[in-house]
Amino acid sequence: MSELDHVVARAEPGAPKPDPILVVEDVRRSFGGLLAVDVDHLEVERNTITALIGPNGAGKTTLFNVLTGFDHATRGSWAFDGNPVAGLPAYRIARLGMIRTFQLTKSLARLTVLDNMLLAAPGQSGESLWRAPFGFWRVEERANRVRAVALLERFNLAAKQHDLAATLSGGQRKLLEMARALMVEPKLIMLDEPMAGVNPALVQSLLEHIKALRDEGRTVVFVEHDMDVVMNISDWVVCLAEGQVIAEGPPASIVANETVIDAYLGTRHGPRPSAVDPGEVL
Amino acid sequence: MDWGTIFEDGIRTGIGVTAAVYALTAVGLNLQFGYTGLANYGQAGFLLVGAYGTAIAVDRWELPLWLAFFVGMAAAIVLGLLLGVPTLRLRADYLAIVTISAAEILRITANSRAAQDVTGGPQGIKGFAGDFYDLNPFSGRFTLFGDVAFSARNLWVIVVTWSLVALFSALLWLLMRSPWGRVLRAIREDEDAVRSLGKNVYVYKMQSLVIGGIVGGIAGVMLVIDRQFVEARNFESSITFLAYAALILGGLARIAGPVVGAMLLWFFISATDTFLRQSIDEGFLGLDSLFDSSDVGAVRFMVVGLLIMALVIFRPQGLLGSRREAMFGE
Repeated sequence: MSELDHVVARAEPGAPKPDPILVVEDVRRSFGGLLAVDVDHLEVERNTITALIGPNGAGKTTLFNVLTGFDHATRGSWAFDGNPVAGLPAYRIARLGMIRTFQLTKSLARLTVLDNMLLAAPGQSGESLWRAPFGFWRVEERANRVRAVALLERFNLAAKQHDLAATLSGGQRKLLEMARALMVEPKLIMLDEPMAGVNPALVQSLLEHIKALRDEGRTVVFVEHDMDVVMNISDWVVCLAEGQVIAEGPPASIVANETVIDAYLGTRHGPRPSAVDPGEVL
Repeated sequence: MDWGTIFEDGIRTGIGVTAAVYALTAVGLNLQFGYTGLANYGQAGFLLVGAYGTAIAVDRWELPLWLAFFVGMAAAIVLGLLLGVPTLRLRADYLAIVTISAAEILRITANSRAAQDVTGGPQGIKGFAGDFYDLNPFSGRFTLFGDVAFSARNLWVIVVTWSLVALFSALLWLLMRSPWGRVLRAIREDEDAVRSLGKNVYVYKMQSLVIGGIVGGIAGVMLVIDRQFVEARNFESSITFLAYAALILGGLARIAGPVVGAMLLWFFISATDTFLRQSIDEGFLGLDSLFDSSDVGAVRFMVVGLLIMALVIFRPQGLLGSRREAMFGE
């Protein structure tokens, strides 16, 4: 974070970062006449928690979908950890270590909690059709199981490991999705509204989990509406409105930013009264 | 009412070649639909290309039957790829539409006069399975009990077809307990989640469609080997839907589900048939005033339909299905 402090002085949309893990360049996504994403330049600093905020319809989820390969960009390029990934299918981007979760949790309902976790383990030889019938994958399966149970313990789900994921509460499913994403050993984890629909009692524990991700060296980008949450855990905030990055900076600077306030109040267009040229009035 | 005969007729059909062919058909569907969630409504098309591929290779190209069998399997693989390439990236409904249409196109084409030189058209192809019967180790007549007896020829087909059912069920069992099987079950639940974890969902769906199609193709080969005759009428889409009925009856996503389901389905179809015929002869419950013996073929399916409805209402997971999983189905 100390490195980011140098950036603060010139924090404006598209500000360069000392060690970016994700660099977005000129990315557009339009649906017919609607330009949902229109990002000129955006960098995400490695090993930080970056919040993506913005009013409803600002294009946050669309940007997530485009960057992770779940949607096609109309144009533009972006690089993850030095690899250009624009146009790659979602599974290839995920394999590079950029893992996303979904706004509506996608726990695999009729798989057990443990199977949800084991599924996510990368590089399993038993996932190949030709090797699956023979039991040679059992050794790595045992190692994956140890890792899965350890993660479930960390997320307070170990007692549920043999239950179907469908039996979990909404908050537990968010935890499972986060734990499952960690099974992939991601460098960058993108959380789409991790707090949505979560019982307030669980929010604090979810926040601690997100902070722990950064503390173990990962980078986190998350979409969030609750400004208290954003202020509490993020190192950097990016505000999106009508598809564009209208402001970015440390949380404290963002809450005081007039452009951001205007975007949330819906009066972004046109000059503010105070900005009107006095000469014109006279 | 002769309940003994009704029971024996049911058993004879329940363990017969037809039930075994449907079991094999449903084993393929179980992989595709039960485990992977792929709605293949054109399984009859896979049976058709397997059967015609084999028969044409013997009759027109004069290959030995064992080699011709692989031609049939290759045809099933090609059909799977052709159907999968354009549809498996799209939403699930497209596969359903394309598979059922493809199966109908294949059936109508095979039956057409334009294709007569290759498929025999409406005349079909006869007597291509001599090699198979030359290997028959059985002789005389085999009696299981009472009137449940089979000729040596029949017994040979029955043993081979049920052995294939056992072989592919065992293979499926091995596959579904592996990480590969776990990926398929996960795709059934939510393919975007699987994609987000770095798995190439398209390849897995293709593998599932093709392997299920090969099993269907083998079912088609056994169907026409039994009859020593292949014609397009053997491959109406009712095959697909009766195989689905067997699968749902036995229980989706259970290894033995399609096998038990096919046996029970054909037991009930045959037992109902005999029961209705006897009822008409004896005037039981006044059924003879409602319909005569020429209607029995249709009425027995109504009775079986009611049976399946009752099952779906009272035991939605099927006979062997997991109650726990069924509770959380879509």
